[in-house]
Amino acid sequence: MPISTPKSAYWKGLIAGAPFTAVAAPFAALFGVLGTEAGLNLFEVMMFSFSVIAGAAQFTALQLMQENAPTVIVLLSALAVNLRVAMYSAAITPYLGDGPLWKRAIASYMLVDQSYALSQEQFEKAPDMTGAERYAYYFGSCTLPIITWFGSSFAGAALGTALPQGFPLDFALPIAFLSMVAPMMRSIPHLVAAAVAIVVALLAVHIPFSLGLIVAGMAGMAAGAQSEVWIGKRAAHD
Amino acid sequence: MIDRAELWFVIIALGIGSYLLRFSFLGLVGNRPLPAWLLRHLRYTAVAILPALVAPIVYYSNETQSGPEPVRLVAAIVTFAVGFWTKNVFLAIVAGATVMGIGLYGLQ
Repeated sequence: MPISTPKSAYWKGLIAGAPFTAVAAPFAALFGVLGTEAGLNLFEVMMFSFSVIAGAAQFTALQLMQENAPTVIVLLSALAVNLRVAMYSAAITPYLGDGPLWKRAIASYMLVDQSYALSQEQFEKAPDMTGAERYAYYFGSCTLPIITWFGSSFAGAALGTALPQGFPLDFALPIAFLSMVAPMMRSIPHLVAAAVAIVVALLAVHIPFSLGLIVAGMAGMAAGAQSEVWIGKRAAHD
Repeated sequence: MIDRAELWFVIIALGIGSYLLRFSFLGLVGNRPLPAWLLRHLRYTAVAILPALVAPIVYYSNETQSGPEPVRLVAAIVTFAVGFWTKNVFLAIVAGATVMGIGLYGLQ
């Protein structure tokens, strides 16, 4: 289907984004359930989802607040988990950077995994799209996943308040984290980063103020980056 | 119980922080390229921080928090293994939840 006007570009983006509602829905619902289990009310859960729109960061903050970690560690860790959106921002700028500031400001709020992945693919495929068509496609691709994010957070929070006290959800967060991170293991440096982070996290568990998490994360990042360099050098040699 | 003042501070600060991460390049930096070493480290933030967060929860999951509780340990390994091999978030969650369900209720 060729894209001829901003309106048809919006619809094309909307349709492309539709399947991703199935990815957003369970995580948002789980956040709603676990948020209410942790003592948040419906309004607090919704404000969380409105302001952050990022599953891994929201789960991280929730987990660390329940562990009574210092607030600065809660924020640092959740933002570190969310650093990938800065990479999306960098990657999408060549395509959307020419728009007016207000458009760039709104587009930034909606920059999530789905809108980034779909738009990047589309913009590479169709280099002759106009700026207005690109923005239309981009906003189309975010519309359904983001509506789903809010709607499912609400549904999850409503369900969470209805669940009996003591429903065994204590291990749902680790399962959610593991299911998110396992498919990210695309290369050996990714596995090295995770392995080093795990070992350091277990060794550093007694470091006060939950700083062990930051130390382990930085060790894992360095290990991943360094092994990428080594593997790259060896590949260049062979 | 999560402290109310802390909760609202986190909601607002994390919202602003996440927004600034998203706005960083699109709004502020423009098309200037980033140094390669920085991008190389950024690539591994999530795959380092998330396992580092989960590892102690899994490893100290028994009642006295002195070691792993078998059902939770197996559930964690199965979740990761299924997610790794299938690259499918759903299948991973279902597999982990199934192990938890069987382990906690099926074996009694």
